[in-house]
Amino acid sequence: MEPTNDRDPNYYHKVVDCQWACPAHTDVPGYIRLIAQGRFDDAYMLNRESNVFPGVLGRTCDRPCEPACRRTRVDGSPVAICRLKRVAADLKGDISDRLPEIPEKKNSKRVACIGAGPSALTVANDLMPLGYEVVMFEQFDKPGGLMRSNIPEFRLPAKVLDEETQVILDMGVDIRYNSPITSLKALLDERFDAIFVGVGAPRAKGLELPGRHDEGETNIHSGIDWLESVAFGHVDTIGERVLIIGVGNTAMDCCRSSRRLGGKAIKVMARRPREYFKASPWELEDAEEEGVEIIVNHAPKRFVVENGKLVGMEFDALEWDEGAVHSTVLDTVIVPCDDVILAIGQENAFPWIERDLGMEFGEWDMPVVDQVTFQSTLPGVFFGGDAAFGPKNIIWAVAHGHQAALSIHAHCSGEPVEVRPALGMEISSTKMGMNEWSYHNDYNPSPRQKMTHIELSKRFESLELEVELGFSAEQAAREVQRCLNCDVQTTFKAPLCIECDACIDICPVQCLTITENGDDAELRERLSAPSVNPKQSLYVSAGLPQTGRVMVKDENVCVHCGLCAERCPTAAWDMEEFELQIPYAADSGILRIPVRRAKTKTEVGS
Amino acid sequence: MTSIVKPIIPLASLPMNEIGLTIRDYEGAVSTLCAGCGHDSVTAAITHAFWELSTPPHTIAKLSGIGCSSKTPTYFVRGAHGFNSAHGRMATIATGANAANRELTYIGISGDGDSLSIGIGHLAHAIRRNVNMIYVIENNGVYGLTKGQFSASADIGSRLKKGEPNAMAPIDPVLLGLSMGATFLARSFSGDKAQLVPILKAAAAHNGLALIDVISPCVTFNDHEGSTKSYRFMREHEVKEIQTDFIPIRKEIHKSLNENDATEITMHDGSVVRFRSVPSGYDPYDRQKVEEYIRERRSRGEIATGLLYVDESALDVHELNNTPDYALNTVPYQKLCPGSAELAKMMMSFR
Repeated sequence: MEPTNDRDPNYYHKVVDCQWACPAHTDVPGYIRLIAQGRFDDAYMLNRESNVFPGVLGRTCDRPCEPACRRTRVDGSPVAICRLKRVAADLKGDISDRLPEIPEKKNSKRVACIGAGPSALTVANDLMPLGYEVVMFEQFDKPGGLMRSNIPEFRLPAKVLDEETQVILDMGVDIRYNSPITSLKALLDERFDAIFVGVGAPRAKGLELPGRHDEGETNIHSGIDWLESVAFGHVDTIGERVLIIGVGNTAMDCCRSSRRLGGKAIKVMARRPREYFKASPWELEDAEEEGVEIIVNHAPKRFVVENGKLVGMEFDALEWDEGAVHSTVLDTVIVPCDDVILAIGQENAFPWIERDLGMEFGEWDMPVVDQVTFQSTLPGVFFGGDAAFGPKNIIWAVAHGHQAALSIHAHCSGEPVEVRPALGMEISSTKMGMNEWSYHNDYNPSPRQKMTHIELSKRFESLELEVELGFSAEQAAREVQRCLNCDVQTTFKAPLCIECDACIDICPVQCLTITENGDDAELRERLSAPSVNPKQSLYVSAGLPQTGRVMVKDENVCVHCGLCAERCPTAAWDMEEFELQIPYAADSGILRIPVRRAKTKTEVGS
Repeated sequence: MTSIVKPIIPLASLPMNEIGLTIRDYEGAVSTLCAGCGHDSVTAAITHAFWELSTPPHTIAKLSGIGCSSKTPTYFVRGAHGFNSAHGRMATIATGANAANRELTYIGISGDGDSLSIGIGHLAHAIRRNVNMIYVIENNGVYGLTKGQFSASADIGSRLKKGEPNAMAPIDPVLLGLSMGATFLARSFSGDKAQLVPILKAAAAHNGLALIDVISPCVTFNDHEGSTKSYRFMREHEVKEIQTDFIPIRKEIHKSLNENDATEITMHDGSVVRFRSVPSGYDPYDRQKVEEYIRERRSRGEIATGLLYVDESALDVHELNNTPDYALNTVPYQKLCPGSAELAKMMMSFR
């Protein structure tokens, strides 16, 4: 193999598994270290830089980072990254003086955002500091989009959402509530410099079965619409026996909300076995803890309506083959119920976009949107969040918002949107002296901390009572030490190596090998520890001075303990802190405050 | 360096040996020697060898004397027995321990100072007695623990860190062993585990004293230009013409055609040492030819490494002394110590 180019920002980025897996590439180990130091404001600001809503996401994120976490490979459970994010958000002080300054003098560019959800708010967050005038059209009387209408308050208190949305609106966004957009043409006629569409995926998928539109119809609800009605106080009761059709995260929110609105016997009905569920495992657990029954292998057949009233639903009881591809019907059962909530997915709908404006629509009647620039085929009209490529989750919407903001800024500056600013990196030694590093390199064997929930007896008193209580100070202190500091990279300088094997002998996971060079697949056969993940890179050095062999490190196995660097007699190994520099729109106009390297708050302000 | 702790990290991908232990179970405390010391690599090679052999840790006894090398038994197989003896006396303790309990696997770690200066007499006699043990000399040519004076193995012309050359002739432990009648002689280099690990495994299977001279650079006092025991010098002057494989008893042996004429030595436990390549005319059974070969290489400034000499037919310390077949701790007390009446009877027999 050619020597690894570790000056490519994406090389070490990929080693930081959590950051690589996060759509917004949040600097997870960086903020966890700041929490460990009690620097909650700094941790929050570092978080906010990439994910904009740390308090919201610290409660509701789908956490793609956690399955990727290196710690999983060591003791089976990832670091509770999401919960730690919430710790920073809960314990932070006043951060208003650390938000970007909004120029008095505007740059004379006007941008319209349709919707006030996570993607549109991110666009505003990135563009306001550059002097843009942002007009935001929201159909309801509160901001937040699906964060407000689809996530029940017992998971995300309104106070948290209000605070984080208000911070952006306070930058001077011209927010217009109760203003649904009914015609893109009309909006185009208002001659904005750019339009951002962040309307989400607002339509619930239907389930056309016999009885759907009979007299019992009023007791058949569509999941996201029902959650929305609950969120805005239009619905406050439900029958005692409730069936939820579908097992995604919306289904989990529906069943748990039902439990709080009077539901007593709640069943979530799934067609397929449990391992094929879309809901996050922790949401399933939380629902079951609250007494919700999850019934697998039942396919809905018809709604049973008697005397003009919904009384139950008929299902085929199924048996699946291996891999759950084909099923056979074993039996037909009727499950009695008072209400049915359909939570089988949602989809996009753009009835308000006229089809003669020159905007191309593709598969499933979705506008054609560029994967990188988020621009539609109509120059100056950008999409993001669920509106762009269908339903995903909040963190994706935020990532889209950042990219769309870059595009909008380029578009308004007359630059080509296809030219994207490059990723940067900063890397510097953490060595402080003999056996001393500026990070905690000692491995901490603590197990993952369990989130405490409010007692079941109190939990259903009101819809607003938050279930998760957050980590205690002791739990947070233990959990932060589980992080392996994947961003503190073991870097190697081949010319200094004397091939004494000290690093190889000390490595607690045998991730190092000095051997003859070869191609990737063949080298993987010859490593000290078996290569189990070909997706993570092998670091390969230049030829070593004495024998011409190469130093190989399996990045998948390394636990960043730094013992190789401690035992190296020639300092060929070093532990260097890596910081990925992600370009944001705001970088081009004002100087970004480097949160991570700031020593004290006063220094940051100056 | 005492502050370092090597954490136990339960990676699921770490392989296990035949008795269900991972290599981490064959480690000891973290070394307090200088970072980059060759001895640490020897320690790692020993760890590997015992792990690969699946030797139960409690059946191993580690012995040493005084010196940097003699600190290292602490750094491998923490579950083994151990004895850290007086300077140069490792061989005597090993002899006594061997007599008392022949069922353990003995590994003695010594250095060029411990074995070739103060302890050379004991080494010589342990060789003569053919004590059943692995005798490792971690040979760096200097007294590292007293700041790097020349040791008895320093080559003529080799220079100290400050520049003084050595004028006295070196003692070569392998040549010494040949002349003393040693039955297993090998030389290796700490930086070459691929060679050292099979030699250590063969030494464990050998019936008698297996002497392994391991050139192990002193990274602090003898790794400079002008040294003949530095990493660089060894990499440039090591001759690896003699290559051996160790084939443990449990594995089926597949012979390919071109390996038919390879020399194979069956060890007393049934495992096999196969000489994969030797220089033409080389015979690892022929004491005289081996000595000639080593001297000839030395005259060219080269260091011959590998398993140089094996004699598996010689009698070991137990056969020579007609000791009991079992460890003394398993012999019934009445038999082991028959009492004063029996002693008096025996004394009478000498009158």
